[in-house]
Amino acid sequence: MRAFAVLAGLVVLGAAAAEPSRPSPLKPGPDFQSADVRALQADDFANPGMLWVAKGRDRFRAKGANGRRCADCHGEEGEALRGAATRFPKHDGALGRVTDLAGRIDACDRRHRGGAGLARESDALLELETFVANLSRGMALAVSPEGSARGAWEKGRDLYFTRIGQLNLACTHCHDARWGRTLLAEPISQGHPTGWPAYRLEWQAVGSLHRRLRACFFGVRAEQPAAGSDELVALELYLATRAKGLPVEAPGVRR
Amino acid sequence: MAIARLQVPATARAGEAVEVRLLVQHPMETGFRREADGRAVPMNVVNRLSVTYGGEEVFRAEMGSGIAANPYLAFWIVAKSSGEVVVEWVDDKGDKGRVAQPIAVS
Repeated sequence: MRAFAVLAGLVVLGAAAAEPSRPSPLKPGPDFQSADVRALQADDFANPGMLWVAKGRDRFRAKGANGRRCADCHGEEGEALRGAATRFPKHDGALGRVTDLAGRIDACDRRHRGGAGLARESDALLELETFVANLSRGMALAVSPEGSARGAWEKGRDLYFTRIGQLNLACTHCHDARWGRTLLAEPISQGHPTGWPAYRLEWQAVGSLHRRLRACFFGVRAEQPAAGSDELVALELYLATRAKGLPVEAPGVRR
Repeated sequence: MAIARLQVPATARAGEAVEVRLLVQHPMETGFRREADGRAVPMNVVNRLSVTYGGEEVFRAEMGSGIAANPYLAFWIVAKSSGEVVVEWVDDKGDKGRVAQPIAVS
């Protein structure tokens, strides 16, 4: 009966404006971390993610394959990109699809710096993405699910509510129905994408949101979509609209 | 590309204790990990790190495989005279790193 009600709700949502189901109150990722992890993230010096920001800034000012630098267009400190990370994923006219921040950086590198393509989870892309995301720190996520992004948003929403894997769980079963409780010793968060790319202590490195999402797919024993795939970009888009209004924290620190 | 972040106050009064903070980016490979194809990843840690202040060694760390990646170190020194705080380290591969920052003592 309840499942039917949820389904009916979805049908109604599909017809109306693109409005995600949002947990109340909205709690950002650090609220589910221990005090020492929160302190590590808050300390700009000790936060290991800031190493990636520093290296990203160097790459931002370095010459690309054709001698042009990111800083030539976007400013030495990336001033022109302040707030950019709050609007991704979004539809990119030139690419003809919805893309996330990493995909947009890669496209820009190919288009304007003669780049041969930045691989997902490569140092170069992660460092640039962390630097650019950090420029928007403290600014509220403002991703739009309307217009040309609508199709991807609906795909992401469907993924979010679809049971997957051997454990037969959907995202919603943990991150809407059971946030604040624990999975063994681990607190279950609301699943907001605001801290990414983040330094994850388990990885001892900075990783992208897609790497983290893949870990979730692995956790429920489902087939993992590739980083940068349409599925993960769509899911990221849905998560970003769900977290609308929360401030960007990149680089976050997560256990 | 090894990088490190070093934080010391730019100015200090003579005799004042100041905090030196240091964050080194390093994978700190334990030597116990294996690649997906079974090959062992050789141990590679920052095994020796020393800090000098005005040419005199004030801190030294000998780290092993039990230290997490990207080691963070913090310690206190007494500001005596204006000089440079210099951090130098070497890892098992022989890669060296150096970072320095001046401190003005009045």
